[in-house]
Amino acid sequence: MAQAQRIAILGDEAIALAVKQANVDVIAAYPITPQTIIVERLSEYVANGELDAAFIQAESEHSALSICVGAGLAGARVYTSTCSQGLALMHEIVYATSSMRVPMVMTIVNRALNAPLNIHCEHGDVMAERDSGWVHLFAANVQEAYDLTFIAFKLAEHKDVMLPVSVNMDAFILSHSIEPLTPISDEDAARFLPPKDYELAIDFDNPITHGTMALPDTYMEFKMQLKEAVEGVKEIFPEVVEEYARISGRKYWYFDSYMADDADAVVIVMGSTYGTVKTAAKKLREEGLKVGVIGLTMFRPFPEEQLVEVLKNVKAVVVMDRAYGYGGLGGPLYTDVIGLLYRNGIRIPAKNIVYGLGGRDFKLDEAEAVLRMAAQGAREGGFDTHVQWWGVRA
Amino acid sequence: MSGQAPVFKTPKDLPREDWFTEGHRLCAGCGAGIIVRLAMKVIRGPTVVVNPTGCVEVSTTCYPYTAWKVPYVHVAFENGAAVASGIVEAINILHKKRGKKLHDVIVFAGDGGTFDIGLQALSGALERGHNLLYICYDNEAYMNTGIQRSGATPFGAATTTSPAGRVIPGKQQRKKDLIGIAAAHKIPYAATASISHPIDFVNKVRKALETEGPKVIHALSPCVPGWGYRPSETVRIARLAVETRYFPVYEVDHGRVKINIRVDKPKPLEEFLKTQRRFAHLLKPENAHVLEELKRNIEENWERLVKLEESGVTL
Repeated sequence: MAQAQRIAILGDEAIALAVKQANVDVIAAYPITPQTIIVERLSEYVANGELDAAFIQAESEHSALSICVGAGLAGARVYTSTCSQGLALMHEIVYATSSMRVPMVMTIVNRALNAPLNIHCEHGDVMAERDSGWVHLFAANVQEAYDLTFIAFKLAEHKDVMLPVSVNMDAFILSHSIEPLTPISDEDAARFLPPKDYELAIDFDNPITHGTMALPDTYMEFKMQLKEAVEGVKEIFPEVVEEYARISGRKYWYFDSYMADDADAVVIVMGSTYGTVKTAAKKLREEGLKVGVIGLTMFRPFPEEQLVEVLKNVKAVVVMDRAYGYGGLGGPLYTDVIGLLYRNGIRIPAKNIVYGLGGRDFKLDEAEAVLRMAAQGAREGGFDTHVQWWGVRA
Repeated sequence: MSGQAPVFKTPKDLPREDWFTEGHRLCAGCGAGIIVRLAMKVIRGPTVVVNPTGCVEVSTTCYPYTAWKVPYVHVAFENGAAVASGIVEAINILHKKRGKKLHDVIVFAGDGGTFDIGLQALSGALERGHNLLYICYDNEAYMNTGIQRSGATPFGAATTTSPAGRVIPGKQQRKKDLIGIAAAHKIPYAATASISHPIDFVNKVRKALETEGPKVIHALSPCVPGWGYRPSETVRIARLAVETRYFPVYEVDHGRVKINIRVDKPKPLEEFLKTQRRFAHLLKPENAHVLEELKRNIEENWERLVKLEESGVTL
């Protein structure tokens, strides 16, 4: 581990720095707020000779991801970033990327989907890609977004994975905030991420037909392999984060938890709100309220077994979703959690808080209120409702 | 071919080796199969094929079989030019950084994937200037999905979504000018080609491969079920398309138009139309006005090309 230096950096710029240090070969992107600073910095790195890569500004996100697929199949380390409308436009190719087993990394600067038009934070964009066969990681702060970018490349290019990975960071809250960052050294980055070695790479001497048609007699086998690859990421993740911890001193896990082990009630959340709820929990613990927080880092594959180890010991859980499943049982994280509880025989009350859509602020006192609600649910053995849209005017 | 001797003078000059092989499931008499086979015969070295969704894709890559002896990539319908862009730039940068072998990149796309849903991706790739050859096999409708009209379907033709009805006699819009669109991007080379003139076609493919930058070849691809004729007639119909000026064979070399197949005494358009079911209604007396308009379109286009060639104006 080289001497670490702490700097102050904008979230988007921290991502660009990580991508540069990852020595990517091809970057293809289309500008969309609030991702633009990432690709602006990357184009500067390339223009100034600090990064030896092809920077391609496509004419749409659909083409940007298509370029990434072509470049990835050619054997390049590829990167893109988008959000919201851009990710929705990519949707068709999102599925092709995973099923064609193209390793790549995409930063999704999570932003609300139109309509109404809104450029602020929400997780609905990535949730529309939830079932696509990508690995989805969530960052709680700028340091995590930076670190997870390296971990994402390592996972994506692992021989037993060969999948695309998204690193999700909250629009503006992280992308446009200056936060402290302790980067890893270029040498450590190069050691952690040696040049991509892709056994399916395009090569005239070893011709492969990519993207075949598969009819009903073979299609399910392709998809079964995808399922096994995605679920297999849970097995490979520990070795990758362990190796990253050796160079960075920072140990990642499927989720981070705060005072969850002996808690009566736990709040589960993803993204930057984890920090807010953690801070509130610290205060309530001082009051003697036995609450804990889980900040999920790995959303797909869903770390069921690991979450069960925590949730089997608590009396109530509140799941916070910055997205919603209209017409369904609740937000996407909530439906995962209640499914987990049911099929693991954990009979505790669970409530869904839907918050912060379109970037609506979620403040410390609100986090406190949610934690108190969780504690009350544990005390009383139930909640008043299944789903509550937080702070919405009547 | 300005200033250069053609590489291939007779069919005997073509390499015997095929990179696009037998056993595919294209229809008997398919024009696209002939286009792809000819083009692949004259590749000049390591080559990657990108093939957006369409007849050629579904007929040549049905797992676990493949008709391709070269690396081949299909991703989706509208993104052939984008996928190819990524492959080109990835190979270039990997060649520079790690010595990866250079490959030519050829796209084979149908007219739907080129004139319509793929036009934006094509425009983006041409504007960015990637070194790739984009070959459109144009069968003038969505044949793979059952003969629906496309932006490449000619005025008056009947398709399953522009039928020859009692009120509306076939497609009421003109065909897009693909080469005009391509040339408007100021690319170094764009050309049309017909399988009835295979030596012209293969020399254009080789010339395009030898030219740095984005290149577009628009090849007419007669379609047995879509146009409605017997499989043995494909090449004869392609020739009639040229000889009636229905499909002019020309190139735009660095903006300069050159008509490669001069048709000084065109055959009557009816000679071409009467070979195909899709035009049968145009030969009925009640549709004489439609036929006249189609003829006018064709003559206007020919005269435009002649003027461009004679004037030497750069497109």
